[in-house]
Amino acid sequence: MPNYHGLYSLLWSQLVPLLLLLIFIVIDASVKELFIFERLPESIILIGQDEVNYSVNVIKDNIRNLDVLISLDILSIESANGLYNQYFLYRTLFLSIISLLSGALGFFAISRLNMRFDARRNVEKILRFIFFIFSTVAVLTTFGIVLSLIFETLRFFSQVGFTEFMFGTHWSPQTAIREDQVGSSGSFGAIPIFTGTLLITFIAMIVAAPLGLYSAIYLSQYAKPSVRNYFKPMLEILAGIPTVVYGFFAALSVGPFIRSSGETLGLTVSTESALAAGLVMGIMIIPYVSSLSDDVMSAVPESLRDGSLALGATKSETIKKVIFPAALPGIVGAMLLAISRAIGETMIVVMAAGLAANLTANPLSAVTTVTVQIVTLLVGDQEFDSPKTLAAFALGLVLFFITLILNVIAMITVRRYRERYD
Amino acid sequence: MTDKALTLKRKFAETRFKIYGLASLFLAMVMLVVIISSMTYRSIPAFTNYGINLEIKLANEFIDKDDLDYRGIIRETIFSLDSECDDRKCRRSFSKLFSSGAAYDLRDALEEDESLYEKNFNFYILFSDDADLFYKFGIDKNLPENERRLNDQEILWLEGFQEKGLVEKKFSSNLFTNGDSREPEIAGVLGAVIGSMYTILITLIISFPIGVLAAIYLESFASKNRITDFIEVNINNLAAVPSIVFGLLGLALFINFFGMPRSAPLVGGCVLSLMTLPVIIIATRASLQSVPPSIREAALAMGASEMQVVFQHILPAALPGILTGTIIGLARAFGESAPLLLIGMVAFVVDIPQSVMDPATALPVQVYIWADSPERAFVAKTSAATLVLIFLLIIINLAAVILRKKYELKW
Repeated sequence: MPNYHGLYSLLWSQLVPLLLLLIFIVIDASVKELFIFERLPESIILIGQDEVNYSVNVIKDNIRNLDVLISLDILSIESANGLYNQYFLYRTLFLSIISLLSGALGFFAISRLNMRFDARRNVEKILRFIFFIFSTVAVLTTFGIVLSLIFETLRFFSQVGFTEFMFGTHWSPQTAIREDQVGSSGSFGAIPIFTGTLLITFIAMIVAAPLGLYSAIYLSQYAKPSVRNYFKPMLEILAGIPTVVYGFFAALSVGPFIRSSGETLGLTVSTESALAAGLVMGIMIIPYVSSLSDDVMSAVPESLRDGSLALGATKSETIKKVIFPAALPGIVGAMLLAISRAIGETMIVVMAAGLAANLTANPLSAVTTVTVQIVTLLVGDQEFDSPKTLAAFALGLVLFFITLILNVIAMITVRRYRERYD
Repeated sequence: MTDKALTLKRKFAETRFKIYGLASLFLAMVMLVVIISSMTYRSIPAFTNYGINLEIKLANEFIDKDDLDYRGIIRETIFSLDSECDDRKCRRSFSKLFSSGAAYDLRDALEEDESLYEKNFNFYILFSDDADLFYKFGIDKNLPENERRLNDQEILWLEGFQEKGLVEKKFSSNLFTNGDSREPEIAGVLGAVIGSMYTILITLIISFPIGVLAAIYLESFASKNRITDFIEVNINNLAAVPSIVFGLLGLALFINFFGMPRSAPLVGGCVLSLMTLPVIIIATRASLQSVPPSIREAALAMGASEMQVVFQHILPAALPGILTGTIIGLARAFGESAPLLLIGMVAFVVDIPQSVMDPATALPVQVYIWADSPERAFVAKTSAATLVLIFLLIIINLAAVILRKKYELKW
């Protein structure tokens, strides 16, 4: 087993140093900033935040070249020298400690090796631990999401009232750039955004629920296997098309089409209507409804179906009165997942639903959604402390929790349903 | 009601129900066809461009190859078409008809063939998007002049070129060979495709090893307890979290906290790998489960350790399924745009990115940027870009299908 002995010493000598190296890379930028801020001259700080950011970035990029650092003329020669030396010392120290540690750990591992040593078991113990760490990445991601959202949201609520956000009916997040600007207050009542999201989701489900369900019924109960094998993947393609393509289609074809047909009927339709976005989104989520519904209906025990057919019921009566009720929990789960998908969908609504935060239930008018607002608030230049930017995180938190609840309920219903017939 | 009538009614209900099902399926298929064909139809103008063949006279000129005013040469050449046009206003309006990319084309042509420096030669100068649209679709002359993209004089010029037979329509490869541009006629998706490739590469490098090893741990080594249950619930939930939430995480964590650069494929790849991770884990677990226990038992009986069983016997057998799942997860990441918007990959990037740290966009984001552009010629370009996107996705998915067909083991 010489391989395992080698692997054992390799793991010992490299694992911890690699981790330290990773930490070094991750904190490098912040350490540089810390050193630079200490030495930044008064004159630059007085000019303003932009100048400070710019200077810090320029110095950061050239911190390892003393000549350039001095020629930049941002720092005095002494502080440039000081900065260079300090960073150099920090860097050398950190990296030498890592190398020394690596050597020491390697020697320690080698000293443990002997004829009786069970290297295989020890190596596997270490590997198993590494794999465990990897499997927690998903948990860490969830924690990362929750923590970063909550942190920014709390900062948002320190500037804007909770009740104003949750129950206010006026949304116009534009805050003033200058003090004396007209309409500078910016109001953050998110109700129009929530109703807009609900309206579009509702329209999408009106399209997707019947189409998806009937497709699933046909595929799972009527279609011959050959037909099924051919059409099921076709249906799945609808889910594979990138959402930006749907968004472009909605904005370019469906929106103007609805507008012109509305005008011939004498209705006023805005080009970016909730209807256009909802319809196209409905098409997109058909496969989410159909494939899970298909699965749960196929999982209904044959005996129930045969029993019903033996009593003289027609196929459609069997489906409606026996299979559908039996599969209902699973179907509800599928619908919930589809709703969660629709609420979180971004590109279609960004491109086709518009920005106007109207509090309305009229599908022909323009509405806005949670995801659209997150995108508009965060795309482009942003100052990180304005309530405008932070509002996006508050909306993100709402979105995360609503979809989380829907997903968890859906997962539990589907799992219970599966257990009942397994 | 008589028995016969009742039977008839039930039969009718049966047929009706079946037709509903068939109609739904049919409708979904029709929508698929409509979307693809409408994109294809609208993209047709993007593949050609009108241009004009003019003689460039370099024969008797003294030329300094290092400091050549390509723009000046092009300008001189096009003004030879209408010698009366000599005041500034007229000249500006006249040169507006030709693409500003012509100077770069000339530079490339001269660099490719050095002998041209001493010659007079015919050169193909692209029209600008407005002139190009005029030849493709015509223009409504009844509109008042200030509501049109071209004024009367410009239309007169364009019609003049056509009568003289100078105008020529050619296949334009700009879409595939150029980066982004403000001018629709020279804008291309190459920069965005390369940006997407870098992003996906990072996604693969991060999510594949972590995903597969995590799945192996959960499937083969983990004892069933609260911690592993919690991990499982997390993975399943993460697969259903809206993609934009990952964008928020990327913005708050990677960019603001770790200070990683905005707009870089590196950050995009990190965000997308968190999104792809649950897909890979779920696919890998399913694939590992499908390997029959007899293989494992046989290996154990031969004295292999748990780790050896997994890596030397189960993993090779499950690999086709794992790779298929990974490719499908990457395809999803490839088409994703919402999280990338938030981490700044919507920048206007002309240069083709050279590394994962360079500012870049991704192909789906490019579609979004172009769809937002006011120029009418970008409609065709956008449709063409969506076709490129769909085409690449088909190739990726086809690779997954072939992999599965060819290597999947049946037990």
